[in-house]
Amino acid sequence: MVDQSNQVSSRPLPTPIPRSQPFWDGLRERKVRIQYSPSSDQWVFYPRSHAPLTLADDLEWRDISGEGTLYTYTIARRPTAPDFAGEEPQIIAVIELHEGPRLTSTLVNVDEDQIAVGMRVKPVFEVLPGTETTLLRYEPAT
Amino acid sequence: MGLRGEAAIVGIAEWKPERRPTAPPMFTLEQWAQLTREALDDAGIDPSEVDGICATNIRESDSFVPSTITEYLGMQVNFAEVVDLGGASCAAMVWRAAAAIELGLCNVVVIAAPSWPSPRPPNPPSGPSSWRYGASSANYGSPQAEFDIPYGNVAQNCGYAQIAMKYGAEYGYDPEALAKIAVDQRVSANHNPAAVFHQTPITIEDVLNSPMIADPIHMLEIVMPCSGGAAIVVAGKDVARRSKHRPAWISGFGERVLHKTPTYAEDLLSTALIPAADQAFDMAGRSREEVDLISVYDCYTITVLMTIEDAGFCPRGAGQPFVREHDLSFKGDFPCNTHGGQLGFGQAGLAGGMSHITEGARQVMRRAEDHQVPDADVAFITGNGGLMSEQVALILEGD
Repeated sequence: MVDQSNQVSSRPLPTPIPRSQPFWDGLRERKVRIQYSPSSDQWVFYPRSHAPLTLADDLEWRDISGEGTLYTYTIARRPTAPDFAGEEPQIIAVIELHEGPRLTSTLVNVDEDQIAVGMRVKPVFEVLPGTETTLLRYEPAT
Repeated sequence: MGLRGEAAIVGIAEWKPERRPTAPPMFTLEQWAQLTREALDDAGIDPSEVDGICATNIRESDSFVPSTITEYLGMQVNFAEVVDLGGASCAAMVWRAAAAIELGLCNVVVIAAPSWPSPRPPNPPSGPSSWRYGASSANYGSPQAEFDIPYGNVAQNCGYAQIAMKYGAEYGYDPEALAKIAVDQRVSANHNPAAVFHQTPITIEDVLNSPMIADPIHMLEIVMPCSGGAAIVVAGKDVARRSKHRPAWISGFGERVLHKTPTYAEDLLSTALIPAADQAFDMAGRSREEVDLISVYDCYTITVLMTIEDAGFCPRGAGQPFVREHDLSFKGDFPCNTHGGQLGFGQAGLAGGMSHITEGARQVMRRAEDHQVPDADVAFITGNGGLMSEQVALILEGD
């Protein structure tokens, strides 16, 4: 069944590729699961076939807390693409995980004047009704 | 390492940017033909002398771009290049042309950025346009499609706003200094009849009172999309000497490419321009003090601010007081984007990036008329693609 509300059905949804499926499966289990390269001792996001720079092919999946800090953000007052009409203001964030890698997300459950670069944030798992998708959003960590 | 400064920009064609095009649509190939003709006429070079082309994408063909163009133009070339570096493409084409000429591969290279609307097909394909998410790719398997677009992180406003916000968190944010960049460049646009905002002066208050698009960026800090087109001719020493104008010699360049999406930058505040600019100055044997004007990519005001810093004209983090203390207009003590920049001239697709090159060349050729910087001899130019992450620096010089 496809959700009929505008809010969800008009959004561009991610289409996982086989390589990245464990990340999306993790979100559905309310876990943040990213790759780690033992040979170079580096955490990696987004999922890849080889570790960046070293190109080692020893990437393995590990569960992490998903917590991190707000690296930067913007508050889009106009929709960033036609698909997001009606969702403004969009608080589009770059999250730096405690393990190092950064990811794109949006902030939820936050007042605009509460937002500050460097603030600690924690995951919010948003299940999109009628889809197989759970998105990883963030809120302030208190 | 590097260029000897023996290739020069010798001819320019540039169509006046228009917000609502007053001439009919043209196919990209037709634009290539017309722009090439105009640029060669400007230089006084016969089309039979062209032996190299540099192109970006064309609407009529997704691949085999150079041969599609040479066939249409009836030309046979020794150097055929396609460059895909967004707003850095035109600057990147200039050094590639100069390098090919100095290597002896060719003598006369045409570089074109046709950015006029193309006719719509009689039976247009259905489905969303490929530019629906700006420069972010929605193709299957694209990291942006899977990890960025679903969160609304779509190029370009969003990414530049994130860069500006990070800049502010690190160095403090002075909205009036940023607004002054748009205002000073508008002064130059008001003296350039080709600029889309030729008739419209603005104040700092106008900029700060314009709608907030993505915090902290206001509408008047963002380029105006236009239709247009531009081409230049790059030629070797002998051809340049017999061309019509004072040649603008290409004496230095640098290029650096990092990431696509700001999320994955190693350091969002350390742009690709830092090494590119250093290389360009080293190659040309010039110091920052010897530069008479800068003509730098300005899709947003924050782009100009960080470019002034990262190109080494002031220390990193000191750009805002620098902008407050200097007059950036063509008559000022630090002429920056003397054609108005894309903020004042208009951004006609990739021809917007070309406008920094045509303006730098015009100044050095002493052909900038009402907005001429007196005795301009050395111009510093940048192209910026993606989100500050694809950078090309060029130095042009007179004799």
